[in-house]
Amino acid sequence: MGLLKKLKRGKIEGVDNTTYLTLKDERRISKENNKIIKMYEKEKNRKHVPEEEYLTQMRDPSNVVEFDNLHTYFYTDVGTVKSVNGVSFDIPQGKIVGVVGESGCGKSVTSLSLMQLVQGPTGQIVDGSIRYQDKEGKCYEITKMPKDKMLKIRGKDIAMIFQEPMTSLNPVFKIGDQMDEVVLLHTEGATPESAKARSIEMLNLVGIAAVEKIYNSYPHELSGGMRQRVMIAMALSCNPRLIIADEPTTALDVTIQAQILELLREVKEKINGSIMLITHDLGVIAEMVDFVVVMYAGRIIEKGTVQEIFHNPKHPYTIGLMKSRPGSHNITEDRLYSIKGQVPNPINMPNHCYFYNRCDKAMDICSREYPAMIRFSPTHFAACHLYNEDGSDKSEEEKERR
Amino acid sequence: MINDDILIVKNLKKYYPVSKISLGKNRAYVKAVDDVSFTIKRGTTMGLVGESGCGKTTVGRTILRLHEVTGGKVMFDGKDLTEVSSRELRKMRPQIQMIFQDPYSSLSPRLPVGEIIGEAVKEHNIVPKDQYRSYILKVMRDCGLQPQYFYRYPHEFSGGQRQRISIARAVALNPKFIICDEPLSALDVSIQAQIINLMKDLQEQYGYTYLFISHDLSVVEYISDTIGVMYLGSIMEMGDKKRIFANPMHPYTKALLSAVPVSNPDVKMNRIILKGDIPSPINPPSGCKFRTRCPNAMPICAKKTPIFKEYEEGHRVACHLYSQD
Ligand SMILES: Nc1ncnc2c1ncn2[C@@H]1O[C@H](COP(=O)(O)OP(=O)(O)O)[C@@H](O)[C@H]1O
Ligand SMILES: Nc1ncnc2c1ncn2[C@@H]1O[C@H](COP(=O)(O)OP(=O)(O)O)[C@@H](O)[C@H]1O
Ligand code: SF4
Ligand code: SF4
Ligand SMILES: [Mg+2]
Ligand SMILES: [Mg+2]
Repeated sequence: MGLLKKLKRGKIEGVDNTTYLTLKDERRISKENNKIIKMYEKEKNRKHVPEEEYLTQMRDPSNVVEFDNLHTYFYTDVGTVKSVNGVSFDIPQGKIVGVVGESGCGKSVTSLSLMQLVQGPTGQIVDGSIRYQDKEGKCYEITKMPKDKMLKIRGKDIAMIFQEPMTSLNPVFKIGDQMDEVVLLHTEGATPESAKARSIEMLNLVGIAAVEKIYNSYPHELSGGMRQRVMIAMALSCNPRLIIADEPTTALDVTIQAQILELLREVKEKINGSIMLITHDLGVIAEMVDFVVVMYAGRIIEKGTVQEIFHNPKHPYTIGLMKSRPGSHNITEDRLYSIKGQVPNPINMPNHCYFYNRCDKAMDICSREYPAMIRFSPTHFAACHLYNEDGSDKSEEEKERR
Repeated sequence: MINDDILIVKNLKKYYPVSKISLGKNRAYVKAVDDVSFTIKRGTTMGLVGESGCGKTTVGRTILRLHEVTGGKVMFDGKDLTEVSSRELRKMRPQIQMIFQDPYSSLSPRLPVGEIIGEAVKEHNIVPKDQYRSYILKVMRDCGLQPQYFYRYPHEFSGGQRQRISIARAVALNPKFIICDEPLSALDVSIQAQIINLMKDLQEQYGYTYLFISHDLSVVEYISDTIGVMYLGSIMEMGDKKRIFANPMHPYTKALLSAVPVSNPDVKMNRIILKGDIPSPINPPSGCKFRTRCPNAMPICAKKTPIFKEYEEGHRVACHLYSQD
């Protein structure tokens, strides 16, 4: 059979994918990938890395985490997926930062990069830095940190809550045993008795009534909302500085979501920590967060305080997202505003504004250059050609000219 | 006179036997749908909301007779669907269509788009053979699908496009009534808006009646004319959309509405946080099924099941707070 006849399609979730590869192309890609992957893996597996190599300074000491021009790629058989493609934002101490965007835009991969949990060997952080400041004020460059050191931070100082708790709970062990293990792993001098006491204390803290019963249950015996409470209790047991919550309420019903969101807010106050809250729900963002990061196709297209993003959105995508959600404000309109088209193919990203094919404000220049980040305030930024460098709107003539 | 109600559901019941536990004489049942009644006017949309497991999907499936009913009547255009013969039911099939939540599993991966949409059109002889192709292409155009997709396969499409294909498949049979079971839940916000608009446009153009099942109150508020709020297999409140949203009467409706996050950081909702989880439908609470979580529960609520009573025109509520007798 002719090589060219064998067509294969990339399977990228949620995206129209029309790139066809020949077997020859595939072999070439696979060979190139192997070379790149080997290089990164070698670097990652180094032993006895001296601390100086991964100690660093925060740009702003009031931040817990600083993402700086992060690039995380997946070297797949159908090409390189640039899942996170130049992402920069801060998580200030004691604040909630919301990351919002459509599925596949890179929210989870951003957070997994911070935890050194990007699925290897195909997934690699290829550029940029992630700085993390611990309780003692020591700063680490996560992208260069050896695996064994990272183990001490992950799950202890930085805890995680996922959309589906079942993926992080082991189905064959009782809730209590799993919670105790986390405490034993991360607390110096902990005994089985002290660990159990701590687990019970945490289950109480997250508002679970029949604590002993839950402690002795298996994960599948609990409802979705209860499992999420257990996950939060587990996350809290080591006094984390930062909680990453990836779509923590997406699988829950609204009345249960309301319970869990309230709990997260209380918990944040109690531990005086920060939360990175990933969600696709603008309502959850409006309610919960201090700062908003809007992602589109692997990049940040706008970021700002929650007030700035909701009252003065600048990027046409942000504006479109707000308008396309049915809510009391636009219920009288006969048709709902809708953003046309869909997200571009992540393997062949264009070299111009990624939103160009869907934007109703697009100009000529938008099809030629990727827009720079424009600063509207010390906290508010957006990447769009509609604005001048100083943040003012471009005049009509200027738009025409371009 | 033409009867304006296209669908009348009366005392609909669907109990599923619990296979594993057989408690001697008394077999245990999941009372998935327990005495549900409502009517839908021709050309309108009824929204059915409630949390997962409350029986929304079962209502849809029993209307279609994908599941046999345990009790009750389903009158569709004057005919009781629970009593018609399977032959007659097959003949009526094109008139009632269903669109599912998951656009990934509901389309056959082996058929090209044109076939998926046209398969049942051929089977039911919806159009003469010589007009078949142009008819399918017209339906595709109506649903925002390009003609060149005719020969392509579902896996080549994103969730939004697949949902358009599902809609085209339903619409191609020239139905009167479409049951939409969470058709937007698997889609991103920007794609949801496209699909809502498509469904509204089609309704306007062809006069479809929708039963729109969803757990998303904002979407239901937008698309529906009337709304039914379900909890543990029963409808707790029902009425005109504007009435339900402006003047919710049932404590569950109130809690549900207050739980929806608002896309405005300045609005602080006066939220009613319900305690605990939804009880099991195998052994629902006595009296009012909502009483274990109701902030207003009274002694009578455990003893007596509240009647589903009309308080304003077309606005029915099942709650003891209002039935002083
Ligand atoms: N393990 C993986 N292998 C290949 N591609 C991946 C992998 N994980 C994520 N991706 C791709 O990276 C992109 C971003 O994914 P993700 O961060 O999970 O999106 P989000 O969380 O915003 O929905 C998507 O295009 C996805 O297909
Ligand atoms: N085929 C079935 N067999 C047994 N129980 C079922 C079946 N289908 C649904 N149920 C049960 O009936 C109840 C209602 O389910 P469903 O109609 O799917 O709710 P919803 O669509 O509102 O989420 C649930 O408790 C569910 O577990
Ligand atoms: S840069 Fe151009 S295409 Fe991109 S969002 Fe701005 S106006 Fe639209
Ligand atoms: S009948 Fe009683 S328990 Fe039920 S909703 Fe009304 S007040 Fe609450
Ligand atoms: Mg994700
Ligand atoms: Mg359902």
